[in-house]
Amino acid sequence: MNTISATKPTGAPISASPYVVAKHIPYARYVISAALIVALALIAHAFAVGQIQWLVVRQYLFDSAIMNGMINTIILTFFSMVAGIALGLASALMTDSQNPLMRSVSSGYRFFFRSIPILLQLLIWYNLALVFPRIVVPGIASFETTQVITPFVAALLAFGISQGAYTSEVIRSGLLSVGRGQVEAAKSIGMTRGATLRRIVLPQAMRVIVPPLGNETIGMLKYTSLASIIQYQDIVYSTQTIYYANGLVIEMLIVCAFWYLLVVATLSYFQSKIEKHYNKSNQTHSSRVENSVEKAG
Amino acid sequence: MKKLVEINNVVKAFGSFQALRGVSLDINEGEVVCIIGPSGSGKSTLLRCINHLETVDGGLIKVADNVIGYRLTGSVLHELPDREIAQQRAQIGMVFQQYNLFPHKTVTENIVEGPIIVRRKDPAESRAKAKELLQQVGLAEKADYYPGQLSGGQQQRVAIARALAMEPRLILFDEPTSALDPELVGEVLQVMRRLAASGMTMIVVTHEISFAREAADRVVFMDGGQIVEEGTADELISNPRNERTREFLSAVRA
Repeated sequence: MNTISATKPTGAPISASPYVVAKHIPYARYVISAALIVALALIAHAFAVGQIQWLVVRQYLFDSAIMNGMINTIILTFFSMVAGIALGLASALMTDSQNPLMRSVSSGYRFFFRSIPILLQLLIWYNLALVFPRIVVPGIASFETTQVITPFVAALLAFGISQGAYTSEVIRSGLLSVGRGQVEAAKSIGMTRGATLRRIVLPQAMRVIVPPLGNETIGMLKYTSLASIIQYQDIVYSTQTIYYANGLVIEMLIVCAFWYLLVVATLSYFQSKIEKHYNKSNQTHSSRVENSVEKAG
Repeated sequence: MKKLVEINNVVKAFGSFQALRGVSLDINEGEVVCIIGPSGSGKSTLLRCINHLETVDGGLIKVADNVIGYRLTGSVLHELPDREIAQQRAQIGMVFQQYNLFPHKTVTENIVEGPIIVRRKDPAESRAKAKELLQQVGLAEKADYYPGQLSGGQQQRVAIARALAMEPRLILFDEPTSALDPELVGEVLQVMRRLAASGMTMIVVTHEISFAREAADRVVFMDGGQIVEEGTADELISNPRNERTREFLSAVRA
């Protein structure tokens, strides 16, 4: 009888103790929820009746100047992150190098570009022509600096190089998260240093690298708006150009904010996809059980 | 019998700690040698020098007549470039105390990684071979699992299959059962016993005296960075001549 009830729980009370635990009623939670709903409703109401011409917002939402601005924002973000990741990886590997000069150069790079405000870096790159009127590659070519350093190039240099200084730390912590035993195992089957890095260390480091890198990409998307002050025609630049002409400041800013929200939401979605991808192999015993249940079902 | 490993007066220090104080040892093809000794005696360091996971400060290690890790000019050793060391290591299998399987790869992917990436073998062929090896270590049904889903004993058997996939001249075992729960030690030792019986050259750093007794052709006792005593399993374990060997063995058995 006992064994049957142990293997087949029937839902019947296990014991008939006279002591019963009182049901917990979360009064505080109700009160806070009510207060929050009221506050949100007031904010929504304020914006609904405020002096905002919502029709204008709708009208400009897909305006070609706004769309072009957003595309420029995305392009600058993309290439800045690519440059940042490449420089960050190089700097991270240099930091772990045997060569003391390489280590010093790497830490000097990080110190220098993390210390100077990004706005200042933008202005310095944009005004490079004041220092070097011509860029000369001896025997090959010579350019007017002002021709080469367009707003896009100046912004890319400023964002890419400073991003590299931050990404370096992210990549380094990722590399350090992979145990020495992994490197030794790879060596023991005859892998070269390069193959070990590519096939064993980096894929495992990605689990640690991707979440902060995703955050930094989202940060970069917003930081690139600073490039509008050196005449790069990103979405903020386009927004301002339009409201200088039509005077509908808040409406245009809402349009601009809408696009940032949309792109950040998209980026967050892909970030979680990528994180899942790099986590899939980190399965433990319990998740295998879940998987086999899924397969069976 | 043909000499496969020649260890000649190897010296190695970590800072001020002298890990190896002139160790010499020859190992023949097909021989199974167990190295026993207290922790800090230098046995793991010696093993790791054989595939150049540790550099040496002096002395010479040859495997199949090739100096490992260095080019010898006159009496001076120059470290080889990374690629050449990698090629030497590809012929020497290693099984680690902590298994060190690649957690982001399945069991099969772990085994075929070396053959495909290092040996440039055909992927389909390598997978078929991996399947055979898994059968040998009794894990055919775990081919698509990730290491994190396996017990320690199963992971270590996969690690042995991974080493075997490279068709090595010899396999180094660095305390292969020390990290295992007691009930899982047997399955790993059984795989190793079969491997020994098949004629594989094995150098095993271990605390498993009973394994040494039944599977080893020769047992080496190390202490303080030196080889104190060596002999057949019977000689050394049943009738140790040296006082330190006797002390160690009685402490281990207690």
